[in-house]
This record gives sequence, structure tokens and C-alpha cells, in this order.
Amino acid sequence: MTDYNIYLPYLVAIEKITEEAPGVKTFRLKFKNDEDARRFSFKAGQFAEYSVFGEGECTFCIASSPTRDGYVECTFREAGKVTSALAKLEEGETMGFRGPFGNTFPLDAWKGKNLLFIAGGIALPPMRCVIWNVLDTRENFKDVSILYGAKSVADLVYKDELKAWDERPDVKLVTTVDPGGETPDWKGAIGFVPSVLEKMNPSAENTIAIVCGPPVMIKFTFPVLDKLGFKPEQIYTTLENRMKCGVGKCGRCNVGKMYVCKDGPVFSRVALEALPAEY
Amino acid sequence: MIHNNCLQITDKGLKDWLAKIIAGGKQLYAPVREGDKTAFKWLDSVAEISMEHIQTTQSAKAVAFPRAEKLFSYQKEKGAVTLQDYNPDNLSETVIFGLHPCDAAGFRPLGSIFNWDTPDKPYNERRKRMTLITVSCTKSDEFCFCTSVNGGPGNTEGSDILLTPLKKDYLVEIITEKGQKLVEAYQSCFDTPPENSDKEACLAKVPVRFSPEEVSRKLSGMFESKVWETQSERCLGCGACAFVCPACACFDIQENSKGNSGDRLRCWDSCGFSLFTLHTSGHNPRSTQSQRWRQRLMHKFSYMPDRLSVIGCTGCGRCSRACPVDMNIAEHLADIG
Repeated sequence: MTDYNIYLPYLVAIEKITEEAPGVKTFRLKFKNDEDARRFSFKAGQFAEYSVFGEGECTFCIASSPTRDGYVECTFREAGKVTSALAKLEEGETMGFRGPFGNTFPLDAWKGKNLLFIAGGIALPPMRCVIWNVLDTRENFKDVSILYGAKSVADLVYKDELKAWDERPDVKLVTTVDPGGETPDWKGAIGFVPSVLEKMNPSAENTIAIVCGPPVMIKFTFPVLDKLGFKPEQIYTTLENRMKCGVGKCGRCNVGKMYVCKDGPVFSRVALEALPAEY
Repeated sequence: MIHNNCLQITDKGLKDWLAKIIAGGKQLYAPVREGDKTAFKWLDSVAEISMEHIQTTQSAKAVAFPRAEKLFSYQKEKGAVTLQDYNPDNLSETVIFGLHPCDAAGFRPLGSIFNWDTPDKPYNERRKRMTLITVSCTKSDEFCFCTSVNGGPGNTEGSDILLTPLKKDYLVEIITEKGQKLVEAYQSCFDTPPENSDKEACLAKVPVRFSPEEVSRKLSGMFESKVWETQSERCLGCGACAFVCPACACFDIQENSKGNSGDRLRCWDSCGFSLFTLHTSGHNPRSTQSQRWRQRLMHKFSYMPDRLSVIGCTGCGRCSRACPVDMNIAEHLADIG
């Protein structure tokens, strides 16, 4: 029997804060204790509990890639009590980190395939983890395409990285903003993700599509993927449900008999279709 | 010599034994009558113990899983944070006396949840310091349904020692090594049992209302059933059923802070509350009471048997006794199964 307390967080220092978009920040976190840093490892797709002492914990994915050693990053939007407290923290301050939890993207099974990433809004962070993981082990994969959409130009996150991906010859990047969200100098597409995807017309042949975004985006993207010939086993997404413990005990996140914290957050569309509509 | 792990004890012997257990330094948690109700209390004197009840208001769950428990403490000073980990050293050895077999059985589903892949230290540290002296049921009421969920009024599951009131005196069954130690340390309180102590004849007769396997099998195909709406129409969502349940383990994690220091707490919660699953965005995957009622029944009788091989219910009937609008879980399950 393990003797450690699963509720005790690691102490981490905020090494760097990046303002991504209005109300959206990225924290780069470093373990305060070298031993914690040495022992810690995670895989693309996993999530964690981030805590502000005196306020509580909140749940989001690890947004950095496991291929980048020595730190973890998270990107969050200021929305509730804890994320608002988190947003007030400054560089150098200490916070708590508990994880990693949940399952992972099956990157080993995707070797030798084309990867098509489709993300909307604040759902790029869970995908950024796997995108960098793929780009850092680029030789394992064939074509890599990224379609990313946000409400407006200002709402696009990871602007520097979008530029870096755009400049890479081995990545096809399409960014889009909702009609009316463009600026005069906007060079990307204008339109909602599903319709831009239809115009991109990617081949389903030997391709895995990873779709993360608000429920409405996913709802309209799946039929486009169907039309393009993607089978359910070629499509992956992540689910989020409210969580407290992260380890299958507190009773919040289950969708039918499946627990988002243990069986997810990554689900293939095959697994997703077997779930009741409880997410 | 203990024969067949069975002994006998008189009423006086029992009081002496429990008094000696207290004198020996263990904390005693036992039923005490308060008006028309009986509740578990921490006791210094065995004179207060009452065993006339059919069921105590609460189970003995809180000894292992308190209503609010400190998971760790933190202190902030000039930007630095220090954490004090959960410390089990000050937890006492406890003896719970007078719980019924349904409450002793409740520690199995609790233990399964708290040890699913990642052991829960606060629960396990408390649980391992507990010795359960259970008393078989000689009477039951219309809310009892232990026999429908693999239990029974003289069931030994979860207990360290089981006492069964005979016509005169108690039959003492020693179930575990922990129980054995507690008897051996005070052996003078006990007598050898009579040749033919007929335990079964002294137990309450609790009718079987449904088959748990049948209920579980049917539930797996009932997610979209209309039955959840009809059954839960009168549910107020008060959560009383979860708070009195010996097997409910759902919890919240909350902060109790004062200035620069504080504790992170684990507090009882209920799947019956609308806030339980509410996302920050305003979206709620279980936004209606019928969805939450479905979750309660499905979790206990379908998901837990499926994932943890244990039913999340021991048939104690407290949820139905406590329900302000008289919802009766056994009736609802009997309708399904």
C-alpha cells in the first residue's frame, strides 16, 4: 500500500506568466523541490489539479509537452473563484500542483499516420501538449495539420507559437476567426471551424483527427469529419466534467459508469458514442 | 479456550468488557438514546449505551470518513508556503460497539471507493484503528432490506466481533484477528457458549424485496428510462439520503483559511445537489433532479457492482426513514427488479 497522501499537492513556483488573450494566461511552473522534479513524469493528454492556498483547487490539462523537461505549463481562463485567484498570482509566487491524472493520447498507436488537429477557443491548450509532443518527435508521424479557430483575433491563444508552427515547412496551419472577429490585417480564414474544415478538405486516408473545443464546435465538426470519410476510430477528443479529487473517489465526473478522471479525459469517438449524454 | 471462535457473554459481562476497553485507553463509540432517536456518541461510561433502537440516526461511517476532515494544512509567510501533511499519529484506537450488520457491511463499499487504484490515506489510517463489535438485529421495520443486498440481520461481513442477543446472554462470534485480540485481552468477561445456541432463531426476519443481480442487469439498459422522472417527481434534492447512508462516499474539497494559514478539508457531499456537477461555464451534465436520482441509483446498483464488484448499499433503510417526502429506495428498486 502506498503511504503518500494523494491530496497533498507539490509546491511549484510560477516561473513565467504569459498573457495569451483577454482573461487567458499561461503559467510556467517549476517544482520547488528538486526531488519532486526528478520523480515527476506525465504523458500527453493528462490533467492536474492546480491550487491557490486559501482559495482551493481547479482542474485543467497540462498544456506543455512531456518532451520539454523541467517544467509544466497550464493555460486557463479567469472564470470562477479559483481561476480568478490564480490569475492574481505573480511570477515567483508559490502555488500547488497535484497530478498527473487520467489517461493519455495513444501516440504510440499513431506512429506513421497523418495527424489533423482541430481546436476551438480555449481548447487549444490540451492539444498544444500533444502538438509539441508530436513536433518534438516529428519523424514518427507523416503530415501534421492544425486547424485552430477562435471568436476573434484577440482571443487566439499561443500567438507566438501559431507563428512558429506557420513558419515550419512540416506543419500545415490554418487559423480562423468567427465572422466579425477579424482585424483589418488578419490574413487567416474567416468562418466557423466546421465550415473551414470542409474547405480544407483533408484526406481521411491513414489520418487521425483530434478534436477539442466547445461542445457546439464538436457537434458540428463530427458530421463534417463523417462526410470527409473519417471513421469513429480515427477521431479522438477530450471531455471535461467538474472534478474535485482527480482519482475516482469524489463522485462528480462520471459519465455513466465511466469516470472522466480515470477513463478519460481522452476518449476516442468509438468510446464517446458508447457513453450516455451526461457530459 | 475459544471453541469454534464462539463464546458467550452475559449482559453484565458485556458492560464490564466495554468498561475495561475504555479503561484500557481505547475510545468507545456506541449508541445513546436521545428522545425518540438513538445516535452514536463517544462515551466515557457504558451506562449510557442503549440498544433498544432498530436503527441509529447516522451510521458509524463518520469514524472512518468524518463529515469534515483536514487533508493537510498550509502556512503562507512572506511569499513562501509550507505544508503540513496529514498526520495520523494522534488518531486514537477506536472500538465501535452496537452497530448493526448493515453498518459494518458499509465499510466494504467505502473501502472499495477509497482504495480504487490510489489508496486514500486519511480513510485507511482511521479504518485500521477501528475494531467493530457488531450486534445482530433481533427486530427490523418496513424500511429494512439487508437481505436484498447480500446482507442479513446476523451477517458477519465487516465486523471484527458479532454479538447476537440470545434468549438470555449474547452469543459472541469472533470474526477477525483484531476481534480475537480484543476478546483475549479480557477473557474473564466471557463464558464458553452453550452446546446449541440457536442464532438463527433469534434474528429478525427481513423479507427479500428484490435480487441485486437482477436490478443491476436491468439498470445497465435503463439510462434513458422514463422511470427516473416518475420516481423522482417529489424529490426535493435535500441530500438527506446521502448524509445518513453508510455507503455514500461522495465528497467535496474545501478550503478553511484564516489569514495566512489554513486547512484543506474533505467534506461530505451529495450527488443529489444541483451544484455537485455544475461547471463554471453554467453547463450542468446533471441539471435535473431526475438525472441526479438516476445517478444515485445507478452508481450504487450498477456502476459500483460493475467497476468495483460491490453494491453501494447495505439495505439499512436510513435513506427512506430520513426522506422528508417518503421516497422509499427498496420500493423503487423492487419496481425495477
